Amino acid sequence: MFRNKDRYLSFLLVLPSILAILIFVYGFIAWSVRVSLSKWKGLTPDYTFAKLDNYIQLFQDPRFHLDIRNTVIFTVVFVFGCIILGFFMAVMLDQGLKGEGFFRTLFLFPMAISFIVTGVVWRWLMNPATGDRTSGFNLLFSSLGLDFLVNRWHTTPTWGIAAIALAAIWQMSGYTMALYLAGLRSIPQELKEAARIDGANELQIYQHIVLPILMPVSLSALIILGHISLKVFDLIIAVAGKQYPLDVPAIYMWQSTFDGLFYARGAAIGILLLISVAVLIIPYMRYTLKSEAPQ
Amino acid sequence: MLKKSWYSLMAVLMVAVIVLSACTTPVATTEAPPAVAKEVEVFSWWTGGGEAAGLDAMIKVFNAKYPDITFNNAAVAGGAGTNARAVLATRLQAGDPPDSWQGHAGQELIGTYVAGGQIEPLNTLYEEQGWLAVMPQTLIPLISDQGNIYSVPVNIHRANVLWYNPKVLTDNNVAVPTTMDEWFAAMETLKAAGVTPLALGEQWTKMHLMETVLLGSLGVDKYNGLWDGTTDWASAEVTKALEDFKMVLTYTNDDSTSLSWQDAAQLVVNGNAAFNVMGDWAEGYFRELGKAPNTDYGWAPVPGSVGVFQFLSDSFVLAKGAPDADGAKAWLTIAGSKEGQEAFNPVKGSICARTDCDKNLFGVYLQSAMADWASNTVVGSLTHGVVANDSWKSEIDTALGAFIADQKVDVFQSALVAACVASGPCK
Repeated sequence: MFRNKDRYLSFLLVLPSILAILIFVYGFIAWSVRVSLSKWKGLTPDYTFAKLDNYIQLFQDPRFHLDIRNTVIFTVVFVFGCIILGFFMAVMLDQGLKGEGFFRTLFLFPMAISFIVTGVVWRWLMNPATGDRTSGFNLLFSSLGLDFLVNRWHTTPTWGIAAIALAAIWQMSGYTMALYLAGLRSIPQELKEAARIDGANELQIYQHIVLPILMPVSLSALIILGHISLKVFDLIIAVAGKQYPLDVPAIYMWQSTFDGLFYARGAAIGILLLISVAVLIIPYMRYTLKSEAPQ
Repeated sequence: MLKKSWYSLMAVLMVAVIVLSACTTPVATTEAPPAVAKEVEVFSWWTGGGEAAGLDAMIKVFNAKYPDITFNNAAVAGGAGTNARAVLATRLQAGDPPDSWQGHAGQELIGTYVAGGQIEPLNTLYEEQGWLAVMPQTLIPLISDQGNIYSVPVNIHRANVLWYNPKVLTDNNVAVPTTMDEWFAAMETLKAAGVTPLALGEQWTKMHLMETVLLGSLGVDKYNGLWDGTTDWASAEVTKALEDFKMVLTYTNDDSTSLSWQDAAQLVVNGNAAFNVMGDWAEGYFRELGKAPNTDYGWAPVPGSVGVFQFLSDSFVLAKGAPDADGAKAWLTIAGSKEGQEAFNPVKGSICARTDCDKNLFGVYLQSAMADWASNTVVGSLTHGVVANDSWKSEIDTALGAFIADQKVDVFQSALVAACVASGPCK
């Protein structure tokens, strides 16, 4: 089976991690699937087969509808906010301005903070109190005379989740910038020069040369940010706690399982989350594996 | 060169961080001594503040009385026991129960651990210790299931307290309301005067408000009936109660979703709002803020519930198959004793479950609560686990969240009916 000793040895070396992943990742996924198809409610396990009942109930559950809606809003605002802001910061840094290293660190720094910390800080910044209890951004805006910007942030009915996405953009746009900056630096100057000789203006250079070359970077950013936003939990908990208007699948999963002891429903939400992330990531992985495979 | 020393500095810092984080070992994991001596492992979430100090005081009483039993304090940190309960659930599923553990008295315990066959009835202990004579009669059914008592309440908190700012009320010529109608009239006056009538916080404080309004609007019997299935959730009285709740919500601050219970309670003592409905742990918070009872804050039962004590309680259970059942019983004896409760409660800022504790150990508010506890009708709290099991409560919470967003009483009521059928006693 093994053509030589080296191969045999290398297989032995990776065997422990293969086993660990089989048990602790795929084993538990299989176990969650089993729980999600059961009638387990309460502290004692009950594996009575319930077909797809839990999934069907979820799709009829108004709270789960809200979760999907909130996730979509959050994802759109967060992913596009990060990509647009990250791209422009990268382009500006790429102009070779003085103190580039300083700004690069400055923009990247929020990424070093956990979502919980970001959440606690933004909870204060986005304080929606009015009158003499006004604070945070609202106080800043009103003392600058920008009263039209004063708003209720995450307590805005229907669109509150978008305010949470702002905090997430603050944290992750620096990271997106780093991705784009690396991409921009890899574009050979000759290409741009050739285009300039052909009479292209800067806008056309970006439109026809830079953006197409950066497509793989954009795709990576989309995938990385997308899966973060599908799984978002800690940021929302830190800003607003467990409150219905800002509910997302991960919070519903937590509350079902640990507050309400609906283990089967919690597992079903977990599996749906897994599927949604897989739908995003698997095509991307196939694409990268194909393009990176040795020729 | 500069770069190199920079890197070494970073490396040193990283190591320091790792070492420091390793130093903060969890308080709970005290190694058990060799199993020659008798020991008892007691699991709780009392790890900080007055709760931990109270537990320590009670452990002292225990050690004095049972010097031959080692007390193993297995406390797990985390607000209101969320983390502790997850740890406990794992231990129970693995067949490794602590001898005794903490739980909110009532259905939160019964619906979870009695249903799972994990705790023992304590009727014999109650009879031996004569606790039935010193605890309110209306309390016992609320902590029992089919005639079996399942836990020993250590402390009592009251849920149906209306905190008010005496100065704001006198400035606006408003008397302390005792009925729902008086309350609405008072809040209308305050609103017209530009004062926030009722301070409210995040979602769980809304459930807390809802349960007190249900009690105030339905009265004791109908309220109790909600939880044992004799009051129809679809009935017109419940509709009226929910309409009342909707009405009460119109008098609250508009930034409630961003306030914790402390923030909301503070609005009252700071004079930004007139009323706040919160459990009586708020009193401990007011004292921490340096406010004085009766001048900076006053209290009354929530309108409509005068003469009713809506309680919640931390209590301890006896594990089925406890590794050391005798030790556990010794602990429960202390937890239910006058001495044990008098050691714990003044420190924690709650009252004794027993009605014979020494009044002089407690402050002005707690003394009035003790008098009410001994004389009032006792009913249980929803938010704090007395009247509904966890699953039911979580379904009610979801329905409540939707109601606060859409304000539709009929949708809310049918969701409550469905919740009672799915997870409560309704058919």
